Amino acid sequence: MATQHNQPGFTDQSLIRNFCIIAHIDHGKSTVADRILQLSGIVPEREMRDRFLDRMDIEQERGITIKSQAVRVPWTFDGTEYTLGMIDTPGHVDFTYEVSRALAACEGAVLLVDATQGIEAQTLSNLYMAIDHDLTIIPVLNKIDLPSAEPDKHAEEIAGLIGCDPSDVLRVSGKTGEGVAELLDRIVTDIPAPSGDPKAPARALIFDSVYDSYRGIVTYIRMVDGELRSREKLHMMGIGMTHDPIEIGVISPEMMPTKALGAGEVGYVITGAKDVSQSKVGDTITSAKDPATEPLPGYRDPQPMVYAGLFPIDNAQFPELREALDKLKLNDAALIYEPETSVALGFGFRCGFLGLLHMEIVSERLSREFGLDLISTAPNVPYEVTSEDGTVHRVTNPSEFPEGKIKRIVEPMVAADIITPKEFIGAVMELCQDHRGIMGTMEYLSPERVEMHYRIPLAEIVFDFFDQLKSRTKGYASLDYHEDGEQAADLVKVDILIQGEKVDAFSAIVHRDKAYSYGVMMTKKLRELIPRQQFEIPIQAAIGSRIIARENIRALRKDVLAKCYGGDITRKRKLLEKQKAGKKRMKMLGHVEVPQEAFVAALATNDAGTDKDTKDKIRAAQKTEG
Amino acid sequence: MYEVYIHVPFCLRRCGYCDFNTYTAVDLGNGASRDNYANLAIDEMRIVKQWQLDHGVDEGPASTVFLGGGTPTILKPQDLARLVQAIDDTWGIAAGAEITTEANPDTVDADYIQALADAGFTRISFGMQSAVPRVLKTLDRTHTPANVAAGIAAANAAGLRSSVDLIYGTPGETLDDWRTSVQAAIDLGVDHISAYALTVEATTKMGRQIAAGTLPKPDDDDEAAKYEIADELLTAAGLEWYEVSNWARPGQESRHNLGYWRNVDWAGIGPGAHSHYGNVNGQGLRAWDIPHPKLWAGKILDNQVPWAGSETVTPVEQAEEQLMLGLRIREGLDINTVDPRIPSTIWQQFVDEGLLDAAALEQGRAVPTRKGRLLNDAMITELMEYLG
Repeated sequence: MATQHNQPGFTDQSLIRNFCIIAHIDHGKSTVADRILQLSGIVPEREMRDRFLDRMDIEQERGITIKSQAVRVPWTFDGTEYTLGMIDTPGHVDFTYEVSRALAACEGAVLLVDATQGIEAQTLSNLYMAIDHDLTIIPVLNKIDLPSAEPDKHAEEIAGLIGCDPSDVLRVSGKTGEGVAELLDRIVTDIPAPSGDPKAPARALIFDSVYDSYRGIVTYIRMVDGELRSREKLHMMGIGMTHDPIEIGVISPEMMPTKALGAGEVGYVITGAKDVSQSKVGDTITSAKDPATEPLPGYRDPQPMVYAGLFPIDNAQFPELREALDKLKLNDAALIYEPETSVALGFGFRCGFLGLLHMEIVSERLSREFGLDLISTAPNVPYEVTSEDGTVHRVTNPSEFPEGKIKRIVEPMVAADIITPKEFIGAVMELCQDHRGIMGTMEYLSPERVEMHYRIPLAEIVFDFFDQLKSRTKGYASLDYHEDGEQAADLVKVDILIQGEKVDAFSAIVHRDKAYSYGVMMTKKLRELIPRQQFEIPIQAAIGSRIIARENIRALRKDVLAKCYGGDITRKRKLLEKQKAGKKRMKMLGHVEVPQEAFVAALATNDAGTDKDTKDKIRAAQKTEG
Repeated sequence: MYEVYIHVPFCLRRCGYCDFNTYTAVDLGNGASRDNYANLAIDEMRIVKQWQLDHGVDEGPASTVFLGGGTPTILKPQDLARLVQAIDDTWGIAAGAEITTEANPDTVDADYIQALADAGFTRISFGMQSAVPRVLKTLDRTHTPANVAAGIAAANAAGLRSSVDLIYGTPGETLDDWRTSVQAAIDLGVDHISAYALTVEATTKMGRQIAAGTLPKPDDDDEAAKYEIADELLTAAGLEWYEVSNWARPGQESRHNLGYWRNVDWAGIGPGAHSHYGNVNGQGLRAWDIPHPKLWAGKILDNQVPWAGSETVTPVEQAEEQLMLGLRIREGLDINTVDPRIPSTIWQQFVDEGLLDAAALEQGRAVPTRKGRLLNDAMITELMEYLG
């Protein structure tokens, strides 16, 4: 393994280059990062494995880097050893804030684009964010070894976006390693060295914070000014907490403790923080002894944008769900949750997430790592509801929706950027209009691809927008969105009643125009999903006291085996035992037995509701409004 | 109480709805042929008798004998006579015993029926299924309504009691078709009628046709309506229900069939036949023969009991069986003998729901009403939940 001359804490800023890689999922960021580690000599050939930096199983399987990391990589150019700080960024829309902090920790960004695919919406928005942070951009096309690569075409596209010459766009293959050495050279020559004040009081930006079951909270920092030493108390300026440092170090590529970290360097600190909320992304660390007066700009608390109830299918698993959430929280400052009781689903938690992917990842980890069987209610966004008497309610759960007359409802909006091949422009416009989107501008990125800008209620995005976008554009369109204020809207709460009893789990806040289709589809679904019982079961959808849709489950008339053929009593007994076991898995809603699967299936967001009966009933429901 | 059931696993052809253990081949190997079948079955009786003696089970004489299938009457009448004789030789047959065979209206004539009477048979159960040709065709049945009438006339002439089986819920059968069939069965003058809902198994030809959408799926509501029609017409004609799917003039019930629901002991002889012994070293035992005739025959040739499997009935299972058997029959369930975990209030609740007969409950018996017969399994599973 190569020895490094530049020692942490004693490396002149002029020899440091900090950069991140901006890339879309599957565009090969991890593979290129692997090659960089290999070429620099810090990972011996025999220890190299694919996606060295991705730690969690889910990351490896989904090809998503959820948590960023920072690796110190030596690179010799022109006879001088430079120290590169490679900061890995999360690639998804839900983690925009974390991305912005990672960018703030760098002076340059490698824009990595798949030469077979071209640039995608999320990459573009991260690129613009990097440009906003005044980062030097090094454009790179990856996967040039593939026969379907079109480097010339995509180099034109990138050149048009960042205003460089197409010949400036590097061409590499993470797979074969071709061009990666040139990329490292360009990082040294093009990206500016850090320019903090080494003599000033210490200021370090936290750009990531991770729970490790062996080490506790590991906080990744970028030193901006001054120096942090391993024996000095640390002070978190944003949350106002002081910690004893247990360890300060760099990652190269394993954790290496050091005595100090100096201005411009990237490394980590381990404190006694119990969970990541005591060591938050965006906060500024200074020395408690000689504190800085001004924190670094940009600190803020992440705000949940999507809420959903999570309930264990087996209510006995409630304590396990609590423990599991507590553990995830160690590593996820953005996850919030509080106990919730549902008449239909029992005990669970109302959880707040940054976005849909964040929600998906949390649910997946709960089921995969903690073995929990969960029902998730339909996701919803936070609303501000003003009653007629002027009281303002923050509603993150349909059950909090106030009774009586409503004066005004305000919902969060997002600015959505969609990149699509031009043949799908019509399909995207239709989809966005269906989802109450207002079109802004539209730009051609190249003769084939356009970027479309919409303002859309977040609530419309969290339901099934992304799946529909993918299916209507054959998977070609990509989506990025960010918060864009709020707006008043004509929203109503639709309740579902089974045998006259409201089932809280199925209540939804929807736009008045969609209320009818929600009501019709939900009542129809439930009619199919709930088995017939000895009495008739009306299933209704209602806005307030007004019924907008109704289905009926007729009473069960026959439940008897015709005969026991040849005296086969054993078989009949086993059939009845099976029937009994089925009953045990039912939830009781009043007198009605509802199978767990019915909740799971009814809350799944997959129906388009295009059959004639559904359409007729929606039309009929709409007519009832007077 | 002891009964003997003999399963004859041969048919001329397989009907599209049938998933019973029956074969159309004439010879299935190991001597399991139509011609040699009676010899093997008689051998099995000897082996089973020895097993009983070895396990302290002292049975006999048989109070009822029932030959089912398959098509028992596909065998020569002498073979059926030899089977009855062998039962008498092995266990004895009680005086006044009920000895029944099932018969396909196609395979019997007056001579055949006279031969059965001579052999000691007292009863014939005809597989009539329907009186509507279109329905019979869907069921793949080859007989005509006239065949049935001729068979019953011959049975009457020979002094045999007769019964007919009907099937309701065949795809395409209307409510009127069903009324026609029930009325036709009544008009035959029989004193016993069974009416079974068509049960479609996925593995049958009909099951595949329904899955493929070429035949409509039987509908529970339609079958419930047809059950009600049958119960009304049959009751009006003087045939009373005594088991969910069986009606008879008083005194003409099938005692063999009732035995299953009364949980008596019986030996099942023949491929796939089930046996029950209430007390084998203090525990109930249910056993079933190997279904395939060739493998079944091989065991018999090796002088072994040809069982495919058996189970001892656990106390919980016994409590479950008591509920599911007792609630099927007119004489009902003695509520004072059921498992104490079942709350005594549940019976009145069932009466209130219209599932149990109020007058019978006052006598301490749980007897299902018509609604309680149609929702029999729902009632039983609700009771079973108390057994853990």
